[in-house]
Amino acid sequence: MANTEEMKEAILEYVIEEYAEDDDDVTYDTPLITGGLVDSFSMVSLKRFLEVKYKISIPDEKATPEAFDNVNIIVELVKEFI
Amino acid sequence: MSNIGSYDERVKNFSWSLAEQELEYKKGDVINIGWYCSDRICDKGMADKTAMIWEGRTKENLKTFTFNDIRLYSNTIGDFLRKQGIVDNDRVCLFMDKAPELYIGFLGILKIGAVAQPLFSAFGDESLFVRLDNAGTKAIITQKKHAGKVQKILDRLPHLEHIIIIDYDGKKPLREKEIAFSMLEAEPVEKFDIFPTKAESHSLLHYTSGTTGQPKGVKHVHYSLISQYLTTKWVLDLQPDDIYWCTADPGWVTGTSYGIIGPWSLGITLCVMDSGFSAEAWYAFMDRHKVTMWYSAPTAIRSLMKAGDDIIKNHNLSSLRHLASVGEPLNAEAVIWSEKVFGKPFFDTYWQTETGSMMITNYPGMKVKPGSMGKAFPGLTVALLDDKTFEPITEPNKSGLIAFKPDWPACMRTYWNNEETFQKKFKDGWYLSGDKSTIDKDGYFWFIGRDDDVINTGGHLVSPFEVESALLEHEAVAESAVVAKPDEVNMEVVKAFVTLNPGFEASDMLELKIMNFIRKKLSPLAMPQEIEYMDKLPKTRSGKIMRRLLHAKEWGEEIGDTSTLEDD
Repeated sequence: MANTEEMKEAILEYVIEEYAEDDDDVTYDTPLITGGLVDSFSMVSLKRFLEVKYKISIPDEKATPEAFDNVNIIVELVKEFI
Repeated sequence: MSNIGSYDERVKNFSWSLAEQELEYKKGDVINIGWYCSDRICDKGMADKTAMIWEGRTKENLKTFTFNDIRLYSNTIGDFLRKQGIVDNDRVCLFMDKAPELYIGFLGILKIGAVAQPLFSAFGDESLFVRLDNAGTKAIITQKKHAGKVQKILDRLPHLEHIIIIDYDGKKPLREKEIAFSMLEAEPVEKFDIFPTKAESHSLLHYTSGTTGQPKGVKHVHYSLISQYLTTKWVLDLQPDDIYWCTADPGWVTGTSYGIIGPWSLGITLCVMDSGFSAEAWYAFMDRHKVTMWYSAPTAIRSLMKAGDDIIKNHNLSSLRHLASVGEPLNAEAVIWSEKVFGKPFFDTYWQTETGSMMITNYPGMKVKPGSMGKAFPGLTVALLDDKTFEPITEPNKSGLIAFKPDWPACMRTYWNNEETFQKKFKDGWYLSGDKSTIDKDGYFWFIGRDDDVINTGGHLVSPFEVESALLEHEAVAESAVVAKPDEVNMEVVKAFVTLNPGFEASDMLELKIMNFIRKKLSPLAMPQEIEYMDKLPKTRSGKIMRRLLHAKEWGEEIGDTSTLEDD
């Protein structure tokens, strides 16, 4: 099982690779949803990434904009289901 | 007292000349939306009134603009464009987040007689390309974060002469055709020669999707102002002291007709939130700015419902006076919920990119039947047509195609470079909306659905054809079929069925890769939320994919006649 730091690193790398535009400076606490980097439609692909990568299933009711709003929070969410 | 007063009286005595008189416009006069939304308001003594309260990604990032500011800045942008050689009828694309330059630049483009072409900033490079290519766009105004997508397709856009970057910071050198422009730092242009556009002068090009073919550029003209002004006044019921929040992005028609033109032509203060969605952020924004009139969309409303009622208690939303909704049918539960938590219902409004202004709506003072679209705007001739004979249906509660006589000021004038498809939207003098509904005995419309395969997701139309074509460009996909799938929040989402090329194996990781491929190529809206692998797709004996069967499967409907289905 990946440790917290490794998870943070992997999720951040994915977010930058998939969602960041040319000029976005993304860190572990950058607001992803409220900051407009990841919209509600794209959140579905981010959820799918977490489920595939960590072999978990995140219930839809837990996949709220608040629970996906930055990498640190996402890591806590993922840890709930590992 | 509401602006409309008695709906029935308005229907009896209606004439569009009412709006013309209020706007002091006479047939044959110059009519320029850019001027009406800024200079005229200043001339009416409201130069110092706040026109826009803009909030960026943090609440500290706040800017306010008076009507005199937007007059000056739109002059400045218009002047800059002219100096780049942009003239009347040239298409100028606005491709950015909800920055102040989007709203003010829109007016600047119109002031020089050029055509504004706003595009949703989340579009991927291919979606951007087909729209810029079709329009023959001469200049694009964008932010440095989005400029990379333009550079990626620049080789294929020979007519694109200028990429104007509004937030250039000098950290990287400007690339081919890029030019920096700072609205706030440029020398303000006090006196400006506004282009004398007339009623039929082209103002705006909004792209919308159909079942087949590429997206269609809907051509609107400056005379659309007449419809947009009056519908804003009567349906949104905006009053001089209102703080108005239209949550739509001006990349879509609601964001221009009712996010810019309607409110500013009435001299109303609007507020803009340039950040993403969360229930907490939205309620806090409305509380902070004391929003009085809120125009939003069912998808957002259902997301707020999902977030629960407790969160509302942390905010003072007592300033809210009137609520309205657009984009897709507003379910009865949402209307009832808003009455419970805000003490007032959302008023549903129905219209389309092609109609340019509201067509069937609920009105202040008129009883709201939760789940109904309401009644036709005064002055409109509307009917439900039989889908085979195209004859008007007279009995109540019988389903038919919603059709309008195309005689309202904001009706589209054509599809850009696609007159043939435009003509197909008309039958026996009726504009065919492509939507079906019933009318009850009291004259209220009740939405049923589309009469084609177009997917309405979160209030935005997605062409299954466009997604299917893009899927085929992925190396793993051999065949594809795309349909709508029911969704609790977005009403519908995109679902894809695919068969794979030899050498590729179905897996969750491949599904994710295909999803992201479409998201980046087209847009997040077009991204399939689910991909189902199949050994073969259902086809007719002539080889046509039977999308209808897949749609029926998703919606739990009868699959109907399968006599033409290819045998195994």
